[in-house]
Amino acid sequence: MSKRMKKGVLIGLALTMVAVLAACGSETEAKNGAKNDGGKKSVELLNVSYDPTRELYENYNKAFAAYWEQEKGQKVTIKQSHGGSGKQGRAVIDGLEADVVTLALGYDIDAIKESGLIAEDWQKKYELNSSPYTSTIVFLVRKGNPKGIQDWNDLIKDGVEVITPNPQTSGGARWNYLAAWGYALHQNNNDEAKAQEFVKELFQHVPVLDSGARGATTTFVERGLGDVLLAWENEAWLSVKELGPDKFDIVYPSESILAEPPVAVVDKNADKHGTREVAEAYLKYLYSEEGQTIAAENYYRPTLDSVKTKFADQFPEIKLFTIDEVFGGWDEAQPKHFNDGGIFSQIYTPN
Amino acid sequence: MQTSASKRGGLPGFGLTMGYSVLYLSLVVLIPLSALLLNSTGLTWEKFWDVATDPRVLASYKVSFLTAAAAGLIDTVLGLLLAWVLVRYDFPGKGLFDAMIDLPFALPTAVAGVSLTAIYSQNGWIGSLFEPLGIRLAFSPIGITLALMFIGIPFVVRTVQPVLQDLDAEVEEAAATLGASRFRTFRKVVLPELLPPLLTGFALAFSRGIGEYGSVVFISGNMPMKTEIAPLLIMSKLEQFDYAGATAVALLLLLISFILMLLINSLQRRVRKTAR
Amino acid sequence: MAGSVPLASAKTPTARNRTTRSTGAAKWILIGAAVLVLTWLIVLPLAVVIIESLKKGLGVYVDAIRDPDAMSALKLTLLVAVVTVPLNTIFGVAAAWAITKFKFRGKQVLVTLIDLPFAVSPVIGGLIYVLVYGAHGWFGPWLQEHDLKVIFALPGIILATMFVTFPFVARELIPLMEDQGQQEEEAAVTLGARGFRIFWKVTLPNIKWGLLYGIILCNARAMGEFGAVSVVSGHIRGETNTLPLHVEILYNEYQFSASFAVASLLLLLALVTLLLKSWFTRKSQHHS
Repeated sequence: MSKRMKKGVLIGLALTMVAVLAACGSETEAKNGAKNDGGKKSVELLNVSYDPTRELYENYNKAFAAYWEQEKGQKVTIKQSHGGSGKQGRAVIDGLEADVVTLALGYDIDAIKESGLIAEDWQKKYELNSSPYTSTIVFLVRKGNPKGIQDWNDLIKDGVEVITPNPQTSGGARWNYLAAWGYALHQNNNDEAKAQEFVKELFQHVPVLDSGARGATTTFVERGLGDVLLAWENEAWLSVKELGPDKFDIVYPSESILAEPPVAVVDKNADKHGTREVAEAYLKYLYSEEGQTIAAENYYRPTLDSVKTKFADQFPEIKLFTIDEVFGGWDEAQPKHFNDGGIFSQIYTPN
Repeated sequence: MQTSASKRGGLPGFGLTMGYSVLYLSLVVLIPLSALLLNSTGLTWEKFWDVATDPRVLASYKVSFLTAAAAGLIDTVLGLLLAWVLVRYDFPGKGLFDAMIDLPFALPTAVAGVSLTAIYSQNGWIGSLFEPLGIRLAFSPIGITLALMFIGIPFVVRTVQPVLQDLDAEVEEAAATLGASRFRTFRKVVLPELLPPLLTGFALAFSRGIGEYGSVVFISGNMPMKTEIAPLLIMSKLEQFDYAGATAVALLLLLISFILMLLINSLQRRVRKTAR
Repeated sequence: MAGSVPLASAKTPTARNRTTRSTGAAKWILIGAAVLVLTWLIVLPLAVVIIESLKKGLGVYVDAIRDPDAMSALKLTLLVAVVTVPLNTIFGVAAAWAITKFKFRGKQVLVTLIDLPFAVSPVIGGLIYVLVYGAHGWFGPWLQEHDLKVIFALPGIILATMFVTFPFVARELIPLMEDQGQQEEEAAVTLGARGFRIFWKVTLPNIKWGLLYGIILCNARAMGEFGAVSVVSGHIRGETNTLPLHVEILYNEYQFSASFAVASLLLLLALVTLLLKSWFTRKSQHHS
């Protein structure tokens, strides 16, 4: 290596180091600032959540902060991170230091568990499979329901177009698929082949497979494509509220799946930050009267009876089955249906 | 001090600039990219082959490469027109015109995707004009091409522009006074000079198009085997926490693009030589 | 020998008097066509952004932009650009110099390697840094031990942006400098000028246009990059969200108008850099 080349390498190294150090420096400063007063007076939590929960947690964080200060005299600031559920799960695995995760499906939290950050029995730590609030899959149709869509079997009628995101890229959309499967199973005396047939036919009525729930909503609402949008109940309500109360109706099918978006403390991170106590309280308080009310106000189904009765009008009773009952949990459902080579991808594979 | 430099044509600074370039290239690009190669736990040859020859993956490569090539070609023609007008003519509003060219880069790709879909979908400004003809722009390969054209146009304009700016109008004038027609002048004098930057512009727009994800997913419709692009399959594999599968798709994509770009770059070199 | 012609032109600004030559119809047809293409390709999508952002009224627009989360995203985006663009510019100039002024083996491969980041899907562009610096990556455990954060913090965002915008300046300069050859610099050497001075006095004036375009493109892309940054950012509101990420998050929260309002802010930023450019152009024309 010539002298000149060495000089170049040295200058380069120096420049890069300066840039990286400058960046790191500002970062560690900020971190330490949060830590120094972390012990007594104030504490910081990072809640890594999925996409449409922002308003829910914005309100809930305020309520919890007030509750915690009153209870323990400690100030708590909760930072929020939102994104696609699977992507958020990967970020936590790869080092995003979440104290708690509140995701769209247990499968993503299971993946974090596999990496050793969360205890084996996380889903037993809180009541109801660690799902303080639930939701279900409903139909959003155009005002007046021109195609007369009442139930799942109406979706495969001639001329009906269905909009749903791709279950392989959208965690939330896996519930859509499973809801349809469960319905078909129950209609056909638990005949798996018939259920597969039904789901296959259903997806042949899907003209566009968006990559995420929000994209599918845009396709349905703004682009005017399709006759029915399969959506989470809370997102259907949000769409109606934000995008046009006079343009859409929500249809409840005869039965659907109980979507359980679970919550968990990321044990390793909480212990490292010394935030276990407040993190556990944070999730537990979701089950309280106040937490449940906030969830219901954001269109998630509450699980506490008193709040349930209060919001009974908003959440019609329909027959709901769980993923554990029908599919044996995510451990079985994911590889069987959604992984490559699974039943969903077979729908699109030419023989 | 200058012995090594003088051997290489008398100019100083080879060692310095070369050393720095290679180091920086290694730190920012090569070492992280090699992580993709080495760190893919569970990626055996068998798995790689399985993923790479999956019909759905093959179909997505076809979609990605064809739409990117189409978009690159159209961009090359339109980009030349834009650059030419910007450099050669004065007209009111030229400053604003020039400023607009870079905006596709500044717009987050997702926003671009949503806006383009709004224009080209069946109820959009342009899409509704084509709907009666039975042509679907959004949610088809045409839509993907349109999105990639938007993403890639600045590349062509901005690579042609500086060369055109440097190109001497005198040569053309000389050619013109010698009796050459305007078109002949353009073809014989200007085009050979512009061919290298045009090729570069195409290569850049093309390769950017292959990797583009954010804007395309909104307009493509993502139908497996038909309008599903390769980067979307990478995302879908990551969603299954299948890092090995995602890596396999990405690696093959990278390899093909690298070879294609190497070819284009060599071609560009040959064109330059014959032009001299 | 045509290669020497542009060389001469670079020195004689009088030769640039092009407008006089173009006459009548052809000129206006070309301009018309160009304006049409531009309107179709670029203006229409931007118009959609503006219209959507104002759909719910000016109030929503202003609120979206004044939101503290949007402001911190703006700051982060600017900070990232300020670090990334100069680093990539230095690299671009150095690489272009080495590649165009000297002959060496493997040049084609080097040029193509520099192009490589364009061909890498942005998602992968982010993922590779996770593989290197993430908790299970090569340096992950060491970084965690020393409580240093790269991924899901500022350094990771900067690295991902550097990767995505890596080739811009070099790519602009290489074809330009190749066209110009090296006679002028060699003449300067025989006259006794040395290293950096040659670059400053002889090369830089010749390449300033390409350099400027490279920097502008690099900057625009640095501010607008979404895919790669999205993988390494962690999406912490008010902390590691850049403007494009903030746009996406608002969109996913059903705040359509607000999301487009923030997007239009990005467009505004790009326009500001372009105004700077035209100011620079005017100034340099004054000088010559």
